[in-house]
Amino acid sequence: MDLASQLPQLLGLAWLLPLASFVLILFFGPRMGPHGRNAAWVATAAIVTSLVLSLVAFVSWLGVHPAVAAHHGGDHGAAHAAEEAGDHAGSHGDAAAHGEQHGEQHGGHAEQPPVAYSGDWYTLYEAGRLKLSIGWYIDSLTILMFVVVTFIATCIHVYASGYMHDELHEVTDHEVHLADGSHLHRPGRFPRFFQALSLFCFSMMGILIAGNLAMVFIFWELVGICSWFLIGFYYERKSASNAANKAFIVNRVGDFGMLIGLMALWGALGTLHFADAQVPGADGQVVSKPGLFSLVRPAEAGHALRVPDGMVKFAAAEKVAATAPGEVAGKVDVWRAEGFGNWLLFIAGVGIFCGCVGKSAQFPLFVWLPDAMEGPTPVSALVHSATMVAAGVYLVGRFFPVLTPDVLLVIAYTGAITLFIAATIALVANDIKRVLAYSTVSQLGYMMLALGVGGWVAGLFHLVTHAFFKSLLFLCSGSVIHACHTNDMRKMGGLAKVMPYTAGTMLVGCLAIIGAGIPFVIGLSGYYSKDSILAQALSFSQANPRHAILYWAVAGGAFLTAFYMFRLWFMTFSGTPRDHHVAEHAHESPQVMVMPLLVLAVLAVVAGWTLPGGFGIANLLEQSRPAGTAQTAQGGFAFGQTLTLPAEHLSHEGAIHVTATVTAFATALGGVLLAATMYLWRVISPAAIATIFRPVYTFLANRWYFDELYRAMFVRPAHGLAAVASGIDQGLIDPFINGLAWVTRQVAGIDAWIDRTLVDGLVNATASATWAAGLELKKLQTGSLRQYVMFIAAGTVALFVLASMLFRSSLAG
Amino acid sequence: MNSVVASAVPLFGLFTEPVSVAHYLVVGAILFVSGVACMALKRNALGVLMGIELVLNGANVNFVAFASPYLQGEGSRSLGLDGQVFALFVILLAAAEAAVALAITLNFYNNHATVDVDRADDLKG
Repeated sequence: MDLASQLPQLLGLAWLLPLASFVLILFFGPRMGPHGRNAAWVATAAIVTSLVLSLVAFVSWLGVHPAVAAHHGGDHGAAHAAEEAGDHAGSHGDAAAHGEQHGEQHGGHAEQPPVAYSGDWYTLYEAGRLKLSIGWYIDSLTILMFVVVTFIATCIHVYASGYMHDELHEVTDHEVHLADGSHLHRPGRFPRFFQALSLFCFSMMGILIAGNLAMVFIFWELVGICSWFLIGFYYERKSASNAANKAFIVNRVGDFGMLIGLMALWGALGTLHFADAQVPGADGQVVSKPGLFSLVRPAEAGHALRVPDGMVKFAAAEKVAATAPGEVAGKVDVWRAEGFGNWLLFIAGVGIFCGCVGKSAQFPLFVWLPDAMEGPTPVSALVHSATMVAAGVYLVGRFFPVLTPDVLLVIAYTGAITLFIAATIALVANDIKRVLAYSTVSQLGYMMLALGVGGWVAGLFHLVTHAFFKSLLFLCSGSVIHACHTNDMRKMGGLAKVMPYTAGTMLVGCLAIIGAGIPFVIGLSGYYSKDSILAQALSFSQANPRHAILYWAVAGGAFLTAFYMFRLWFMTFSGTPRDHHVAEHAHESPQVMVMPLLVLAVLAVVAGWTLPGGFGIANLLEQSRPAGTAQTAQGGFAFGQTLTLPAEHLSHEGAIHVTATVTAFATALGGVLLAATMYLWRVISPAAIATIFRPVYTFLANRWYFDELYRAMFVRPAHGLAAVASGIDQGLIDPFINGLAWVTRQVAGIDAWIDRTLVDGLVNATASATWAAGLELKKLQTGSLRQYVMFIAAGTVALFVLASMLFRSSLAG
Repeated sequence: MNSVVASAVPLFGLFTEPVSVAHYLVVGAILFVSGVACMALKRNALGVLMGIELVLNGANVNFVAFASPYLQGEGSRSLGLDGQVFALFVILLAAAEAAVALAITLNFYNNHATVDVDRADDLKG
């Protein structure tokens, strides 16, 4: 079968299966076996099938587009174009021809657009230029993410069917105190959990497969609502329902920016589709309607970033109005050169990035993510590795071609600030899940920074490897919590003896996240992805010396990461138990929970490897590199300077690669050693350091006072505003309404008096008169037969007499 | 003398005239009035029923009297038996009525151990 028709069917089915599972569990969940036990099987079967379908799609893709090391260098243009054009003559022959033709004009800067299949399944709404549709855009990134998401989701489904075991029975929630001092008893919610999990997977895959930004936005919001369901799973707990609301509301802030970005794009360009669409033209012929990517990076400009005509005209609306309609087209280039539309494209990019800031928990909207730990641990693993937070990074990666260098700089700095802040907070956190949460935020900062400095492959590569080792780490922490019934690392210690599998797999996860490996030989997955980020950051800071701080942020972050991850591991698993009560009850988790750990541990090791023959995730991603981003590019206007985005392949070569690898290794080793000194060998007492640097420690332990800051800046004013509104409501509107009610009541009183006295009196008088008459007439009814006969006789006679008197004349006649 | 008596006593002429419809009507009227008086004055329920029979038969006499061929119109196409037929119906109905009334009386006697209609005031308002 043709790949172009096969892939949408495979991935579409993989995408819709969790939805089917959701609907099934929604309606029949409680009836699936005792306490809905079989809901886990339904959801797991759906996601496993999705995984199989994704793997089939993956293999089919590799069959047609084998992932081999891309050859970089100056000859990337024409020669490569010709070769590719032969392979994909059917779908991309035209574009290839354009690329080649213009490649000569632009001195070999032309590139091939990446192989991607796109189309629409269903049009939701179409009016004028606006077309909202459910469609697909599939390239190697989509397929790779499908495999990663379904794989991790499968592991988590299996793990959760063990972890959520308590929900099969009546649950006594010891964290909820009722008014009478007892604990809350409630029925288990086992099916409900898997129902939400299925919907979550469906929403996430919807983002991955989406062929246009409107569809992305729909599923973006669906992911948000699913996170709300899952974080607030224990909604009777005040903290959990607060955390769910916080995640949802903070995400709304970001989504507001995203809406602005969407409006800027749609208003100026009239399309939200990523790829070109084949639509029937006016004369019945099929014409190509350009999508966002080819509007911003037109093939005739060698896929170089260019403000689209629509945005130029939109920005220069006054000049367009002053120009004769026939001359507008000719003047667009002039206006473009004057800078019209630059800001619009910048706003569009930053707007879309705002959404990603919310979803991917970047500074300043990262505050929701640590609180999201209130959800069950499998949810934390899913939210923090493969789905929700990945969505933001994925969208930046997907939308990369449209982002200008200025937007990328914003992204890079956001990432740098995020990774630094989160890493410092993680240093002093004592809750095992919170350390991991902040580490997630920090790693997301890495990814954003990587994308921002032009490391498209590096950022998304890290996204994939991070998905594996972070879900591993979270599931390990869940296993620890399951055993200890506490999140506090200060009560743990020495668990390696009782939980060997968990300790071992968690060690693998820690090594992976710090990028451990033998430099230049082999390493865990994080080694490859982190090194490529470091290298790209170094390459960027060499090209733009004034942004060298980005590189130092990455290097410093690597040191902090190593420190806090091994602090976590040492505190939890090494040494002697600190709390005997906890240690006595600790036990290894059941097999259904350990198996996913082992599988994920293997992947955390090998995910970064490039197999002989060139197959590896990085090379696979390279296939989908947006057109026009493989070469060093210059641009930027917003910050009064020209930015240089160095080509990514430059960072794999020579001095930069060596420096980056050595730096990464040295910082990671330093971090691990410091952690070992403090928590394993206990040469330096952490408590002493905390005392010496008391202000810093307090500052970090209070999470930089971000929650307090936001409380003072937003929550309090919002509460104040609410109080004012409530005051107006209660002081003005309520009295007015009450006054109206009082007047109505008085009028009604008068009305009632009239009714009671006059109307009722009249009716009652009639009734009593009738009654009295009846009473009188009753006396006639004596019951005496003889009297009746007398009456009849006398009456008859009287009638005759009356008749003869009244009608005397006529009778006589 | 006849004329003097005739002018002094109402309907005296009846005694001097040949028997005609009017005489029948007088008999009917006497029967009727006797019946009514019987109904009104008798306290025995059976007496009252007899009064009813008298009233009905008074009416029957009237029906038959008015059916006299002398009172038929010139061009009448009827058989001239209308009054007799009415009388038959009345007799029939009187028989039915007597059956019902006797049943009521019997029932009344069962309940009150008397047939005195003055004791029957159950229908008093």
